Amino acid sequence: MKTPNELKYSKTHEWVRFISETEAEVGLTDYAQDALGDLVFVNLPEIDTTAAKEETICDVESVKAVSDVYAPLSGTVYEVNEELLDAPELINTDPYGAWLFRLNEISDADDLMDADAYAAFCETEAH
Amino acid sequence: MTFKTPLYEEHVALDGRIVDFAGYFLPVQYPTGVIKEHMAVREKAGLFDVSHMGEVTFKGKDALANLNYILTNDYTNLKIGRVRYGEMCYEDGGCVDDLIVYRRGEEDFFVVVNASNRFKDVEWMKAHLKGEVEFEDVSDSYAEIALQGPLSGEILGKYTELPQKYYSFIDTEILGRKVMVSQTGYTGEYGFEIYCAPEDAPLIWRELLKDERVTPCGLGSRDTLRLEASMPLYGHEMDETISPLETGLDFGVKMNKDFIGRDAIAARHNRHRIGIRITGRGIAREHSDVFINDQLIGHTTSGTHCPYLKGAYAMALVNEAYEPGTKVEVDVRGRRIEGEVTALPFYKRER
Repeated sequence: MKTPNELKYSKTHEWVRFISETEAEVGLTDYAQDALGDLVFVNLPEIDTTAAKEETICDVESVKAVSDVYAPLSGTVYEVNEELLDAPELINTDPYGAWLFRLNEISDADDLMDADAYAAFCETEAH
Repeated sequence: MTFKTPLYEEHVALDGRIVDFAGYFLPVQYPTGVIKEHMAVREKAGLFDVSHMGEVTFKGKDALANLNYILTNDYTNLKIGRVRYGEMCYEDGGCVDDLIVYRRGEEDFFVVVNASNRFKDVEWMKAHLKGEVEFEDVSDSYAEIALQGPLSGEILGKYTELPQKYYSFIDTEILGRKVMVSQTGYTGEYGFEIYCAPEDAPLIWRELLKDERVTPCGLGSRDTLRLEASMPLYGHEMDETISPLETGLDFGVKMNKDFIGRDAIAARHNRHRIGIRITGRGIAREHSDVFINDQLIGHTTSGTHCPYLKGAYAMALVNEAYEPGTKVEVDVRGRRIEGEVTALPFYKRER
């Protein structure tokens, strides 16, 4: 399982890449995509949606089930990855390239985990 | 209490994702993934552990009469070596289970039932036995392996003769082990089901997997395959509140004979099973309300993304037999998505 060092992670298995001091992009981790299985549909948030940390922001569907995606930090959605609408499988094949949405006016990012802490967290989840 | 099938260790060795299904530990998928497992069955061959299925036998002078009374179908003219589908109903026409009947002799029948209904079925069958019949639950004496897909005959044919007709079976041997092989399955594809002694199952399983054209498949693809082929599943398209005619299983219901539930089935036919292709964005799952122009017409019973057809499909139980092309809306977690009524089955293999 990959956990790139330059990213931050949430306990609900989203990753965060900080683009600037006020902007970040969010996706699902390698652990999440593996647990979900083959993804077949992504329901992206609308532009200007207010993301509240730890609350549902959008959802993804695997063959088996629908799963909520939680906002790992607060902010406002200013861009969504429309490429995923026709190619949700990119989340499986390239989880850290397949960002879901981008936020600006970000806050509440202090308690996100670094790569080592997240890898250790996944280890406990798996057992 | 959750049971392990005789192939449990094989699933673990193949890194299957194990879940508790109908009281059995079974793999929902292997690392291959549901979509590739599904496509393997449509294009090559997939191997399934279906040892959780229940098996019972009816033997004796009145075995046939018992089956004809307890089940909706008529087995009188079922030839030895052939298989026939049927439902078992309550007096009120609701469904106890659906099953398939193998005729092994004039007075010897082997019946395969759903794992989740096994104990309920056995109780129901026992309670309605009459005349000279020996009934036995032999579920624990059989493992069952399904090899499904266009190449399944060529692959299994390396080891044994094969039953040549759909819904026929033979007694034979694989690797020197006694087996019963039928040309049956639950994928909508050409394929075979192998019944063997539990202790012989790992040997046969491993041997078939030596052929690199064979992909081990889990419960996830078993469900997407049966839904894509529009085969009803107990607990979804059938249950104790749904009559077999409402499910659209007319071919398995013979009204010209006496059987439990007949009068009730004849008297009620208020609902119909239809197919829906989702044309909007999203996936309709089970228990979603279905509307036409804001009028609630029923609910979905199963739904998912169908990998071979590359789209979202659902089956629904609704108030009328709507024509294909009829526009509908399905409520998916508070959001209405568009769909249209589509003829069943969604997928039918070319013969």
